[in-house]
Amino acid sequence: MELVKPGLGLIFWMTITFSIVLFLLSKFAWKPILNSIREREDSINNALNAAEDARMQMSALQADNEKLLNQARAERESMLKEAQEMKDNIIAQAKKTADEEGQKLIVKANASIESAKLKAINELKTEVAILTVDLAEKVLRKKMEDRSQQEAFVNENLKSITLN
Amino acid sequence: MHQNKSKIISYLLPIFLMVACLSSNSFANDTHAVETHETEKVDAGKIIMEHIGDAHDWHIASIGHSHISIPLPIIIKDNAGFKIFLSSKFDHGHANYEGYKLAEGKIVAVNADGSENHEASFYDLSITKNVASMLISVIILCWIMFSVASSYSKNKGKAPKGLANLIEIGVLFIRDEIAKPSIGPKYSKFLPYLLTIFFFIFLNNLLGLIPIFPGGANVTGNIAITMVLALFTFVITSINGNKTYWGHIFLPPGVPKGLWILLIPIEIIGMLNKPIVLMIRLFANITAGHIIMLGFFSLIFIFGAMSEGLGLGVSLLSVAFTVFMNFLELLVAFLQAYVFTLLSALYFGSAVEEHHHEEHH
Repeated sequence: MELVKPGLGLIFWMTITFSIVLFLLSKFAWKPILNSIREREDSINNALNAAEDARMQMSALQADNEKLLNQARAERESMLKEAQEMKDNIIAQAKKTADEEGQKLIVKANASIESAKLKAINELKTEVAILTVDLAEKVLRKKMEDRSQQEAFVNENLKSITLN
Repeated sequence: MHQNKSKIISYLLPIFLMVACLSSNSFANDTHAVETHETEKVDAGKIIMEHIGDAHDWHIASIGHSHISIPLPIIIKDNAGFKIFLSSKFDHGHANYEGYKLAEGKIVAVNADGSENHEASFYDLSITKNVASMLISVIILCWIMFSVASSYSKNKGKAPKGLANLIEIGVLFIRDEIAKPSIGPKYSKFLPYLLTIFFFIFLNNLLGLIPIFPGGANVTGNIAITMVLALFTFVITSINGNKTYWGHIFLPPGVPKGLWILLIPIEIIGMLNKPIVLMIRLFANITAGHIIMLGFFSLIFIFGAMSEGLGLGVSLLSVAFTVFMNFLELLVAFLQAYVFTLLSALYFGSAVEEHHHEEHH
């Protein structure tokens, strides 16, 4: 029975000691320890959050890069297409111009050929006329050796010439 | 396997020999005692009660009739004022001093003619073995915790080192496994108390397992100590009890008013029951462990008194069982500290919890 009878002295000392210990430990041990633990946990959490943020930013950046790259690619594509078109245009234009120019040249050449031909024909005509006149003169000379014949001929010709 | 066995035997052999020496010594003492006092039997009950009870000196060993013990201060408050002196003045109960003497380890007043005076009123506020042991444990506890706290402020924001690392496991365990789930969002207010009782009980449980000087006292197995601890829990619970907590006790919701006459006493008993259960659980568990171990050791001397060989044989068994019990007690030391803290936290939780009646019933 002695065992379950709480001793007065023990209760007295235990109450005092435990109160003091509770106070001292709460103030000088648990407070700094718990605060340090909480601060450390906070800082770890913050660091983790920051890392997560950085990761997100990184991936956002990567997505941005991807987008930019795609944009650049598309731009290049469109530029190439444009250049191609321009080239085609220029070629077509050049072809057209060349055709026109050729046509013009042909026309010009034709004209000059025509004029040269005309000139040649004219020259030929003159030459033929001169030759004819010469021939006619020779023939006439031979035929007009006597006076009467000359007169007959002139008269005949005069008759044919109608004076207007 | 065979090698392992021989290894175990080589470890056990010195223990066996030591115990054998001790037992033969005590046997010699006993025969001496037989010659002088004519008391043959070993009174195991008395030995055990002496060991788990309180005392006015810190007994370390007895060799023959000379006791090696540390005298402790006696403080007596009576009508004449305080009387403070060392327990060595009592000469282990053989001498009177200042009108008092020790009888069966208890201080009693004596009359001028030397007879015991049971009428005299006085308060015994002595620093007994348990008080001294508790003070030592408290000094150790404060020293550990202050050094841990200073190491925290020294490497702020870094990982804990050494002792702080060990203590942090306990602190986080109390905070995350006991306080947070049991109390809820208001846990931080009770955390210092929970940490203090946990480490106080745990340390004293462990010191109780050390058989010699700074340990050896049965502090947490003393009902006065556990009573004070339980009272602290009870007082803190009552101070922090909110309207719903007291309302549940004195105005039980959801029952007809006629039943209140029945329910209110039950609720009050339930409220008072909690600290009593706390008190008895810790006291009984720790004391039981000590009794079992002392019982095993007493067996050696009981059988040793019958015959030396029997004592030696039993000693082997007793030591093996005591080793096993020691491991079990290490577990119990933690477990009881945990249980006391957990139940305190649950009581605090019930005191500060905001009940919603429609949900509750």
